[in-house]
Amino acid sequence: MHAQYEIQGGDFTKAGLASSEVKKMLKQLNLDPKIIKRIAVAMYEAEVNVVAHAYHGIMDIELNTEKIIIKVQDTGPGIADIDKAMEEGFSTASKEVREMGFGAGMGLPNIKKNADELILNSKINKGTEVKLVFYLNHQ
Amino acid sequence: MNIITIIDKLGLTQLSEIFNPEQEINGGYTSDLLSDVMGNASEGEVWITMQTHKNIIAVASLKELAAIIIVNNHKPEKDTIEAAEKEQIPLLGTNNGAFEISGEIYNLLK
Ligand SMILES: Nc1ncnc2c1ncn2[C@@H]1O[C@H](COP(=O)(O)OP(=O)(O)O)[C@@H](O)[C@H]1O
Ligand SMILES: [Mg+2]
Repeated sequence: MHAQYEIQGGDFTKAGLASSEVKKMLKQLNLDPKIIKRIAVAMYEAEVNVVAHAYHGIMDIELNTEKIIIKVQDTGPGIADIDKAMEEGFSTASKEVREMGFGAGMGLPNIKKNADELILNSKINKGTEVKLVFYLNHQ
Repeated sequence: MNIITIIDKLGLTQLSEIFNPEQEINGGYTSDLLSDVMGNASEGEVWITMQTHKNIIAVASLKELAAIIIVNNHKPEKDTIEAAEKEQIPLLGTNNGAFEISGEIYNLLK
């Protein structure tokens, strides 16, 4: 199974739409609710990062009997220091974005906690790719 | 305790339609940071916040929270109410601040 959703950078009115669609789809497939919960947190954070920090993104879902792979690829400024970005509380979000309750610097840490695997690739002035892997039979 | 009983006991205002008055509330989480709620709230809890924009509905829906209580008499935007009714997340309001309302709910549920 394979599906793709678009994410518009800068448009907070649509933030979370792609994640909601994917979650509905996973629920229809009757996956373990615990895994769906972890996926929902991680993919929402990856989606919001495109909205808050990049220009445009694609969320790509690949599912087989063993695992779910969610790739969020964006065109955007990229991440200069990935280790720093992974730190809890680190954020470059604007004041307006923070006032909305985003930009707590907890997004990437939330992803790390909830995905079985997180692979982050980024090129300055090009964009970022976040790859999330969830194993279906994990404990 | 179900949502209607809590609304009743705490004198909460209904800011959007309630689709299931029997909806159980099994706890609460108080925060204005969306990632904090994503990371730490649990299914079936009521979310206490001062945020009023539409994104709170996406968070509540993804986390399957039972309801949102907006504090200090802040009013949700129109598109927040529309999203709440579409996703069937009840939006409630109170004149109290987050500290008081959290304490009251804590006492009701403990
Ligand atoms: N897709 C992205 N494109 C560019 N920068 C990003 C992206 N995702 C994360 N970042 C950078 O990493 C930082 C930390 O991300 P995160 O932990 O999600 O916190 P927050 O989004 O609240 O700032 C961001 O503030 C930003 O500088
Ligand atoms: Mg983030």
